[in-house]
Amino acid sequence: MSVSKWPPILDQLSLEVHHGEFVSLIGPSGCGKSTLFKLIAGLLEPTGGAISWTGGEVSKRLGAISYMPQQDLLLPWRTVRDNCLLPWELKKGRLEPGKHGAVPGKLKKSRAEQAAQLAFITDMLERFGLGRWADAYPHELSGGMRQRAAFLRTLAAGGDLMLLDEPFGALDALTKREMQHWLLSLWGELQRTVLFITHDLEEALLLSDRILLMPRGGGALEEINVDLPRPRQAGVHATPRFLELRMELEQRLTGADLR
Amino acid sequence: MTMTAFIHHLRKLLRSYGPFLLLLIMIVTLWEWLVRSGTVPAFIVPAPSSIMMALIHNRGLLFGTHLPVTLAEAALGFALSVLLGTGLGTWMHMSRTVERAVYPFVIISQTLPLIALSPIFIMWFGYSIWSKVAVVILTAFFPIVVGTYDGLRTGGQAYSDLLRTMGASRLQLLLKLQVPLALPSFFSGLKLSVVYCVIGATIGEWLGGSSGLGYYSRRMAGNLQSDALFSAVLLLSLLGLALFLGVALIEKAVLGRGGFAAMTGRARRKNI
Repeated sequence: MSVSKWPPILDQLSLEVHHGEFVSLIGPSGCGKSTLFKLIAGLLEPTGGAISWTGGEVSKRLGAISYMPQQDLLLPWRTVRDNCLLPWELKKGRLEPGKHGAVPGKLKKSRAEQAAQLAFITDMLERFGLGRWADAYPHELSGGMRQRAAFLRTLAAGGDLMLLDEPFGALDALTKREMQHWLLSLWGELQRTVLFITHDLEEALLLSDRILLMPRGGGALEEINVDLPRPRQAGVHATPRFLELRMELEQRLTGADLR
Repeated sequence: MTMTAFIHHLRKLLRSYGPFLLLLIMIVTLWEWLVRSGTVPAFIVPAPSSIMMALIHNRGLLFGTHLPVTLAEAALGFALSVLLGTGLGTWMHMSRTVERAVYPFVIISQTLPLIALSPIFIMWFGYSIWSKVAVVILTAFFPIVVGTYDGLRTGGQAYSDLLRTMGASRLQLLLKLQVPLALPSFFSGLKLSVVYCVIGATIGEWLGGSSGLGYYSRRMAGNLQSDALFSAVLLLSLLGLALFLGVALIEKAVLGRGGFAAMTGRARRKNI
């Protein structure tokens, strides 16, 4: 890998995300954003450089960092509820491989856990406006609903760090706006750390604490601090500070020849 | 079922199978006429009516003795083919080395001329049911291996990446993702295979047997009793059709539900 004839996809890149932060990554297509996500998630290993995090061993990132791709990737043969239960099912299978030979006490505990998980999913589905659709199959849902279900599945995976790769990129403008406000209203209570890929400047400003601009080739990142107060309301779009930040973002993007 | 619903159902059936039935009736009528008018001699091609007469006349022997034997050979061979085929297909999927080592042999097995091989099977297994079952397996396991293996490989990369970030193990990836994704391809292989089973059993009986529809048709051919020969061939064809429909029904029961239907595009077709 290291003696490839191609230039590295990511080089000289450094970024840091603090616990509880919402950080957006903006950059042109092909600049390596998705590769960076795959590296962080543990699907790929870097040929050089270091990744460190406080959540545990660096080598055990798979299963510890939640990842949500642009396509919802709900399994078509599972209902919405069963899709959301999938991360827990996988985790359970890992923790007790011999579940059929389990001692009764353990079995009871596992049942209780299952009930708790089911209650959590049912409750969250209700709050995500999907309560009526728990038993529906993904193809019966609208794009926005599918994306919300996929988000809930990511949430249920339980990682402290959530990597969201253009989660609203495939939605129409109206649904997208709706989803942004929905995520904004949800954000306060989530207590998670989010790294968010987007091409949408307003979306980045609306949701993030910081925005990182990623040049092609993955060189040094430029940073913009979004000092808009939280909790943010829908009207934040029209505030002078928002427009100012947007202007700055626009300038930096053209200045850095990012597009 | 109400009367209108019944009529609606009947119409739908007629629309689906009407053209086939119409063509069938036309062919049979023309055939009957060709034989009766003496254009084609009856010992070369018997009239459909005399095939039916032969079928009715020998019903005890055909349905009581020979059909069960052929069915047993085909069913046993099919069951073993499914075991062998899914096992081999899954193993090849799980291990690159096994795939590289075994896949060529799987293909070579299909290039061997069965007719030439059959005497060897008789040498090994005698005139027991196992010499026929061996021929059945050799013809029928191939589509199952390919269906299983190709099906398991279609497991979309994006899905498996996602499940891996949830910490899925290889076994979990197989069970929760690749097996469900493989089912449509697996059933395609199964449907091909079950039809091959009847053909395999017939060939096995032709080359060495003392009962079964293949043996019967060979004996009738020797006696120049073409009407009886044709009646056995008709039964074999119907047997293959029935087995195919049986597998198709199982497929429908498994894949026709909820989300699978959307995946295989069946839901859309159902609405037409």
